[in-house]
Amino acid sequence: MTRPPTRISSVKFGILSPEEIRKMSVTAIITSEVYDNDGAPIDGGVMDRRLGAIEPREVCPVCGNTRESCPGHFGHIELARPVIHVSFVKHIHMYLKATCRVCGRIKISEAEREKYIELMKGLEELGLDYLKRRLHEYIRRKAATTQKCPHCGAKQYKIRLEKPHSFYEDRGEEGYVKLNPIEVRARLEKIPDEDVRLLGGDPVDARPEWMVLTVLPVPPRSVRPSILLETGIRSEDDLTHKLVDIIRVNNRLREHIESGAPNAIIEDEWELLQYHVTTYFDNEAPGIPVARHRSGKVLKGIAQRLKGKEGRFRGNLRGKRVDFSARTVISPDPNLSINEVGVPEMIAKILTVPERVTQWNIEEMRKLVLNGPDKWPGANYVIKPDGRRISLKYVDRKALAETLAPGFIVERHLRDGDIVLFNRQPSLHRISIMAHVVRVLPYKTFRLNLLVCPPYNADFDGDEMNLHVPQSEEARAEARLLMLVEKHILTPRYGGPIIGGLQDYISGAFLLTNKSTLLTREDVIELLGVAGYRGELPEPAILKPGPYWTGKQLISLFLPKDFNYKRPAKIAGATALRCIDEDCPHDSIVIVKNGVFLEGVLDKASIGREEPESLIHWLVKEYGEDIARLFMDYVYRMFLRFAEKYGFTMGYTHLLLPPEAKKRILEIIEEKKKEVYELIEKYHRGELEPRPGRTVEETLEDEIIDLLSKKLLDDVADAITPYFTLTNPVIIMARTGARGNPVNLTQMAALLGQQTIRGRRITRGYLHRTLPHFKPKDLGPEARGFVAHGFVDGLSPIEMFFHAAAGREGLTDTAVRTSQSGYMQRRLINALQDLKVEYDGTVRLPTGEIVQFLYGEDGVNPMMSDHGKAVKVERVIEKVIGWRI
Amino acid sequence: MQKKKPNILEHELVPKHEILSPEEAAELLRKLKVNPAQLPWITIDDPVVKAIGAKPGDIIKIIRKSPTAGEFIAYRYVVVDTLQPRKKEA
Repeated sequence: MTRPPTRISSVKFGILSPEEIRKMSVTAIITSEVYDNDGAPIDGGVMDRRLGAIEPREVCPVCGNTRESCPGHFGHIELARPVIHVSFVKHIHMYLKATCRVCGRIKISEAEREKYIELMKGLEELGLDYLKRRLHEYIRRKAATTQKCPHCGAKQYKIRLEKPHSFYEDRGEEGYVKLNPIEVRARLEKIPDEDVRLLGGDPVDARPEWMVLTVLPVPPRSVRPSILLETGIRSEDDLTHKLVDIIRVNNRLREHIESGAPNAIIEDEWELLQYHVTTYFDNEAPGIPVARHRSGKVLKGIAQRLKGKEGRFRGNLRGKRVDFSARTVISPDPNLSINEVGVPEMIAKILTVPERVTQWNIEEMRKLVLNGPDKWPGANYVIKPDGRRISLKYVDRKALAETLAPGFIVERHLRDGDIVLFNRQPSLHRISIMAHVVRVLPYKTFRLNLLVCPPYNADFDGDEMNLHVPQSEEARAEARLLMLVEKHILTPRYGGPIIGGLQDYISGAFLLTNKSTLLTREDVIELLGVAGYRGELPEPAILKPGPYWTGKQLISLFLPKDFNYKRPAKIAGATALRCIDEDCPHDSIVIVKNGVFLEGVLDKASIGREEPESLIHWLVKEYGEDIARLFMDYVYRMFLRFAEKYGFTMGYTHLLLPPEAKKRILEIIEEKKKEVYELIEKYHRGELEPRPGRTVEETLEDEIIDLLSKKLLDDVADAITPYFTLTNPVIIMARTGARGNPVNLTQMAALLGQQTIRGRRITRGYLHRTLPHFKPKDLGPEARGFVAHGFVDGLSPIEMFFHAAAGREGLTDTAVRTSQSGYMQRRLINALQDLKVEYDGTVRLPTGEIVQFLYGEDGVNPMMSDHGKAVKVERVIEKVIGWRI
Repeated sequence: MQKKKPNILEHELVPKHEILSPEEAAELLRKLKVNPAQLPWITIDDPVVKAIGAKPGDIIKIIRKSPTAGEFIAYRYVVVDTLQPRKKEA
């Protein structure tokens, strides 16, 4: 039935010779008529039945097959006059330039020729294809520049190629003389085989004269099927139209030649034939008007079918549409495991997994067959051992379920526990496609855990994702072992975790583990219940006035019993909250000893994503990704529940400043403004010293930006920080790394500061001023985009305008950057896709050429490394001698 | 005043290049299980190749600094570049 796989040893491309074209043709195509009055194809027309069966139940008169198995057959058109094949004009040009116009031999002296043949043979034997190509290139150049034939002594002329398909010879005083295809072909015919080889050609499979067509192959009907419109009118393929044009002109040309018409008319028809043949091959050939339909639609040539993103190569061969896939909108579900994906029931009833019936699952399979295609969990098809597919939609399912026996294959619905591949475009990463375990859920969206958003770069503003169901046991095993989400917690970029807490997970973790958080028995039970804890409650940390637990105690329950960890928390980034030793009044050093969470608060530095050497990083590395995954699945759920219980929120009032602070800010602004005015004064007096390499104006601008953006905002930030403490939710978010940063804070509460476009103050708009509200040549802060208000106070209309102008820059930048980096990525991947690290550590091409002698020059797999280093000695010591360093 | 041509081999950015002896070369090719053309190539016109006097067919060992491994040893196979005819040494 199927042939055993055979190995392709080589592939060679050549040019069809006229004899070959005639030999493979089943008929000559001679008439431009396509169908007769009854709509039946005319013999000898472009839709001749002998070109292959395409209608249902039509039998091919050549091979006797129906359209399913008829491969299609070529026909041919005998051209009245030869025409040049556009795709080969460059090669033809090269041959014409390198050979003598009289004797057809390569324009290189006999002695030299012998030498080059010898050299070429040597290179061939050594297999140095690259150097052989360079040799050909060298010979071509040398031959093309020779003015006089060394063999027959004929004077040579320069040959010019006029795009797309005309050759002119520069005969000095005679001027440019056009070479018609007959002359071109005659010259190419004269080139000896040996000389073709020297020029890099192949006289056996690609004689140069075959690049000038005398016979045109007509592709089978299946290549250019006609479409039947609803109105019953046939619409022909573009290629068919083009072929009809070619035949029509060809016949006319032949008649003219036979009737001995004036030369000018023949020339015109010939040129028209050349045009049609050219646009048939490539309708985007430069220097030629594109061929159009009567409707004005541009016709598609053969080249257009192959070229570009939607062409045969990129669109149909390297990228295919696939079965067993689904796509819908995504939405979040924090109660799923990070390894899971929620699949809508509707989709689960369409996607199927083939399962072989065995004596152990036969009862279960019977039930699925009984349920049929509309009731989940059911099945859509049954495949009998003889290979027949039976749709469960139109069959007596009860009877079929009875006959079910081992050896049958049931295509059952997707159900909980199946493994699927989940993907979001653009697939830039290997982590853009990961394997998830199916959870069939109600409603119509794919559901995923929030923690896996970063690898996919997904959010829920309408993103859609794709899902693929592996159909073979090998594929499922690979997916589960290599592609499961938990196998990708660490990024191959530097070995840190790419999956980890974000946003409210971090705020929740901070609030829960905060020193001031005390939990009642009910709180503890609720939180542990969410985390799926089954076991004894720990001793309460506080007994009087009643039993109270700390959040740290709850975390300890889930940590491995021999786990040690010590690291400053993110909140220690603020100087006011920094501690050096373990006795930390701010609780800003996280300490875990022997699995007991002793001190510190959990925030981005411990449980966040892209935080190397964090708590979860060590959990993954030292206890395996499954333990880390369980921690993320259950403990992280507790963080969210606590944030909800606490009622974590932020509002306008959290950003209000007391009057004295406002006054202070105004003072700072005034102070800086004064400095700016002093600078401007100095500039007007001509006393400003230019910085090295800058003009005075540039220096002034630089200094003003310096003053108004950096220095001013820093001063203001210093002034307002005392009013914001870690009890303020805004500060909690900013300090723990959940969301926002101190700059955002000053921008909201105090002022936005100087707005810039391309790092300069805003200068565009009217002549010498930004807006008509200002005097021309006003260099003051307000006139050049200084915003003295924050979002709490609100911006003045002018300030709002400047803010929007500066905001626009960011938007255009991202738009430009994404398209550029996408293209760069494509080229990079195309260049690197075949590289492979061999077992000896070398990086090689598939053919064995070495690219790097040791992967990364140190042989380290970055995914397994600690920031690129194979071992982190400190951590090893810590593990060996206990928690003390 | 004639300027002395600097010796490029002494420049700090030029890593150490050595020509392998035939025995060493054979050993390397055996170890990597490759034929010489499968090694990365270096043209005979490369200034350092000229300076150390390597000939086409030689294998050059390059000991250079590496940001990941500290020091790294790479090999190059010396080839002729045919397109540009070599200029005669002055």
